[in-house]
Amino acid sequence: MTALVRIPTVLRPAMGGDTAVAVEGDTVGEILDHLTTSHPDVKSQLLNADGTLHRFLNVYVNDDDVRYIGGVDAPVSNGDEITLLPAVAGGTL
Amino acid sequence: MTRYASVLDLIGSTPIVDVSALSPKPNVTILAKLEGRNPAGSVKDRIALSLVDAAERDGLLIPGKPDQVLMEPSSGNTGIALAMVCRLRGYHLKVVLPSNVSPERRQLLLAWGAEIIDSPGSEGSNGAVARAKQLSDEHPEWIFLYQYANPANPDAHYRTTGPEILADVPEITHFVAGLGTSGTLMGVGRFLKEKNPDIQIWAVEPPSGEMVDGLRNLDDGYIPPIFTDNHGAELLDRKVVVRPRESVEWTRRFTEVGLFVGLSSGAILAGAVKCANTVPDDETATIVTIVCDDGWKYLSTGAWSDDIDDVVERAKKIIYF
Repeated sequence: MTALVRIPTVLRPAMGGDTAVAVEGDTVGEILDHLTTSHPDVKSQLLNADGTLHRFLNVYVNDDDVRYIGGVDAPVSNGDEITLLPAVAGGTL
Repeated sequence: MTRYASVLDLIGSTPIVDVSALSPKPNVTILAKLEGRNPAGSVKDRIALSLVDAAERDGLLIPGKPDQVLMEPSSGNTGIALAMVCRLRGYHLKVVLPSNVSPERRQLLLAWGAEIIDSPGSEGSNGAVARAKQLSDEHPEWIFLYQYANPANPDAHYRTTGPEILADVPEITHFVAGLGTSGTLMGVGRFLKEKNPDIQIWAVEPPSGEMVDGLRNLDDGYIPPIFTDNHGAELLDRKVVVRPRESVEWTRRFTEVGLFVGLSSGAILAGAVKCANTVPDDETATIVTIVCDDGWKYLSTGAWSDDIDDVVERAKKIIYF
């Protein structure tokens, strides 16, 4: 499966300025593994040492926050959009 | 009509209206609780009164004592509601406000006598929270109610909003609300789950990360303490992101059922529609959503009249939630 991963502003400097990259993987965990293998500088920003998601990182598959649909085991389908968003104090649109 | 002794007695007991004409499925009822009917115009009236009452109960504020100052970070509605309550109770309010909120919000704060301290618009609500914490350290004499961490915030919804919803809609199957401070979701969600653990609690989140230039790295992120204190990750059943275009589209569609509402309510309705689409055809569901405020404060955005592409572009730069 190939998903399009949207990169937030805060992570772009460590990823060559890309706003989105195509990444292979069948689960969110596999996608993040492949992403951090090709961009090792962002690994500590995305994942904790035990492979769980960074506390202040929200990951969405299409519209759904993956923490509520299986976490890093959430399945990914071909063409899905994965959005990485930093947690912020509520209140913007 | 009932006669009230004070405007503060008008807070809460808001009506719920059936907006199922906007439901994508005939087997799913959608009901909207109209929080814009509160006297200062938003759901935040409930928490403003609760925060001030709790501070008076705890002795942080002393009714009648002169020159007491409160300070609070707000992207608008909490500040406006607190300004009204403080005006009636005789306290001076300073609101730390991101500079890019809609101008109507700024004017409403001034109308009720609040003082505005600007924080950088590019840093969004995170910047306002950070500045307020810094000011609180510098001015320990100012009372900092801190809506993001104060249990009186979710408590207002646990005591009032939740029971009102269950009394009016005992058949509720899903509750959908926006995730700001998380007070509404934590308070209402906890109440509803205690009464019926099968009720699904859905959070709607706008994609705010894009505009927060002030974030240097993810460790500058922020999770409201009341979300953690109330075990939000366990309480919520689903969290969905709603993009600016969907928010504007559903804000406009609200007018089809006669409702003129703020943009965050359009975002929440978009989330309710996503929720409705997950209900199987052979089941029925009743979704209750929150209309946080009415549309008046957002007229300057052109949200209803301008080309939608222009409105969406502006929505990415202005704080509406």
